Amino acid sequence: MKLTRSFTVLAAMAVAGAAQAEGSLNIYNWGNYTSPEMIEKFEQEYDVDVTITDYDSNDTALAKIKAGGHGFDIVVPSGTYVPIFVSEGLLMESKPNEMENFKHMDPVWVDVDFDPGRNYTVPWQWGTVGVTVNTSVYEGDIHTAALLFEPPEELKGKINIIPEMMDVMSTAIYYKGGEQCSMDREVLKEVRDMLVEAKKDWLSMDYGNIEKFAKGDLAAGLNWNGASMRSRLQNEDIAFGLPKTGYPVWMDNAAILADAQNVENAKLFLNFIMAPENAAMLSNFAKYANGIAGSAEFMTEDLSSAPEINPSDELKAAGVLSKTCPPEAQKIYTAIWTELQK
Amino acid sequence: MAKGFDIRRQTGFATIAMACFVILYLPIVLLVVYSFNAGTSVAIWEGFSWRWYVSAWDNDQVQAATVRSLVIAFWATLIATTCAVLAALATTRQGSFRGYTLIFAMINQPLMVPEIVTAVALLIFFAMIKVATGYTGLFYLIIAHSAFCLPFAYMPIRARLQGMDLSLEHAAMDLYGTPWRVFRRVTLPQLWPGILAGAMLAFVISLDDVVITEFVKSAGQDTLPTYMLGQLRRVVTPEVNAISTALLAISVVMVMGFFFLSRTKK
Amino acid sequence: MSDAAATRTARSRWLLLAPALAVLIFAASGPLLIVLVYSFLTPGDYGGILWEFSTDAWFNVVFEQDFFTEEVTLADAHLSIFWRSIKLSLLTAFLTFVFGFPTAYFIATRPKDKRDIWMLLIIIPFWTNLLIRTFAIMELIRAEGAINSVLLALGIIDEPIQMLFTEFAILLGMAYVYLPLMVLPIYASLERFDFTLVEAGYDLYASRWRVLRKVIFPLAKPGVIAGSILVFVPSLGAYVTPRVLGGGKQLMLGNLIELQFGAGRNWPLGAALSLTLLAIVMVALILYVRAAGNEEVRHG
Repeated sequence: MKLTRSFTVLAAMAVAGAAQAEGSLNIYNWGNYTSPEMIEKFEQEYDVDVTITDYDSNDTALAKIKAGGHGFDIVVPSGTYVPIFVSEGLLMESKPNEMENFKHMDPVWVDVDFDPGRNYTVPWQWGTVGVTVNTSVYEGDIHTAALLFEPPEELKGKINIIPEMMDVMSTAIYYKGGEQCSMDREVLKEVRDMLVEAKKDWLSMDYGNIEKFAKGDLAAGLNWNGASMRSRLQNEDIAFGLPKTGYPVWMDNAAILADAQNVENAKLFLNFIMAPENAAMLSNFAKYANGIAGSAEFMTEDLSSAPEINPSDELKAAGVLSKTCPPEAQKIYTAIWTELQK
Repeated sequence: MAKGFDIRRQTGFATIAMACFVILYLPIVLLVVYSFNAGTSVAIWEGFSWRWYVSAWDNDQVQAATVRSLVIAFWATLIATTCAVLAALATTRQGSFRGYTLIFAMINQPLMVPEIVTAVALLIFFAMIKVATGYTGLFYLIIAHSAFCLPFAYMPIRARLQGMDLSLEHAAMDLYGTPWRVFRRVTLPQLWPGILAGAMLAFVISLDDVVITEFVKSAGQDTLPTYMLGQLRRVVTPEVNAISTALLAISVVMVMGFFFLSRTKK
Repeated sequence: MSDAAATRTARSRWLLLAPALAVLIFAASGPLLIVLVYSFLTPGDYGGILWEFSTDAWFNVVFEQDFFTEEVTLADAHLSIFWRSIKLSLLTAFLTFVFGFPTAYFIATRPKDKRDIWMLLIIIPFWTNLLIRTFAIMELIRAEGAINSVLLALGIIDEPIQMLFTEFAILLGMAYVYLPLMVLPIYASLERFDFTLVEAGYDLYASRWRVLRKVIFPLAKPGVIAGSILVFVPSLGAYVTPRVLGGGKQLMLGNLIELQFGAGRNWPLGAALSLTLLAIVMVALILYVRAAGNEEVRHG
């Protein structure tokens, strides 16, 4: 029985601590983000016992790994956090670019700012932050952040903003004509005034809105493309717009930790997820694109044909890959963010 | 007692109490209903299905997390309640003493600091120990939970002890009972409702903890709340409703058993 | 008491306290020293701290330098968040008392062998996961949720009341979550209650209300105070309920502090903010202990 097995495993763990049996791998990842099917395949192929532990924010993951003594082998930070992990000496230079399956990686994602040439990390999933709109409520152009920051009457009071400080700030700064990580006082003043004003028309600043969009509780919102797609699959009226003024693009990446104990298995794993059919398993589960060329043919029809995942070239050009902002900028953004929620 | 004038009755109290029970169980009923939801939402109904029970049954991670939560809560409750009983005995008898204010403040300190702060402090402190000793087992979580459960166990026990009639104990002492015998035969039975209340609170508080657990846990030590926290940003499915319902069913059966046992004993 | 007996009492007292103190020093008070030290350091660029002395964090609890005008003013964002938290926590304590006291009284006046069962009935709802319970409350008060549907069907209201994502929702959620913390301590002190006292009261022709106020309530007081502390203090730092039911639009203290340790990357400020909270609560508690302690001595 499963439950009995869990008890036994637990009892063993309580006695031995995190037992380092031969052939194990400890993955530290966002919750509900790792395809169990893919893990099972990996376990069988390499006879490795995989343990997954969840986190809910990059900051938590960073703080824990920095403190040490955690016992993890692999972590999956967002691109904006990779340079921090590297500069703090927390990641192992595992050279994914010399691995067998590296040839499958989409060239677009090889020379990224956060890890040029991919000496540390392998793409996990990537996506965009845009505007989810219920087109039966609002019929105009959806490719603008004005729907959130200067909303038309019909959307007022039915708007949700995901509480991601950097994504909200970036989208607003782009909308006001500023650059990524801008410290331009004029722009930031306008951004602050606009956000404080716009907040009166927002219903909530919350995660987990897939059903609320599908059922019409919400009519517009700052949202992730994968989440927006899930809403559309339940309600055809839901569409996903990408602001032409600019929108954030993010990528989460798997990397081996400097103090990993199962280095060989971790390397096997990085190589494993670069294989198109395995990357596709990840996408089928997490519902985002993965940065591995040729994986689309292994994806479910829903996903490979989704407009949210495959935007037009014109819209693609407006995307800005998120990077790590300097601490001074971060400080101002936090002040504006606190002001907004006081 | 019930005939004519019941001295215990207070107008409206029974009504409020009943309203209280209804309010307490209303969300629980919904929670149980949603565990049978065909849709993926924990808050929007889309028809009946067993799918979340099936998926919870197949999900090793969520099962292990549930069992782990219960194991930690059990040990933390045991440790916290034992410490709390002893501490309450030390602080409520013989009036106040030097250092009493400090002790009282220390016991209640876990209440006063927001969880995230204790969490960060424990993360740094325990990480040093983990690196130094190489031991990364459940002990850290159990001891951290014991500490923040302590005030919750202590307060009801202390409230019970305050003004508890000492004459019985003194009488027992006079009959040359050993302190241990006096405690076991006289004090403990009188104290029992307080202990039970304290232990129940401690258990529940441990079971619900998210933030401290999130920061203290090592590899493979997710509890049910941290597992759910991980999902919060993405999709929270009724799988956890299914688990919770199963746990509820088990506890209700246990309570019923307890109830009938206590009746037959009479 | 003789000197020898007093020494013996003191020794046994510290022995009894030892286990609790060991646990607390190891996993609560001790680590708090780290927080104290951190509040006097400089924030690291990407979270964490730099080992450079600074009192900026403490300064920033109350004052802020406006980025746009460089003017130093009172940090009204922090102050209004402090105020909102205190207000909601007081209301939560009040609400749990209004519902909790009669409930505890009701349980304490059941036949002796049934009381434990009633207690279990109070606590069972809390064996389910906090987040799931909060989501269930969300479903209850949603615009298309259960309560609005019933009210609409009965014709009491014409359009749904917006309850979710308001301060009312936070209050409701917190009162729900913290109710047992009020009921159980009150029950524990009422349970030993001697009803001959009440009888004596009635013999003197007192009204029910007068008996409640003059006889029952004073005896329940230790429980009420314990319950109020257990509800009020954690409410101040509540995190999950405000975030889910309040829709995250308005920060509470717990969320503000969390922000500093998270995306805000200002650990010293987070540490200073929480120590400020600790100090406020500590002073209130010490005043209470002094007052209650004196009273006990007088009665004893």
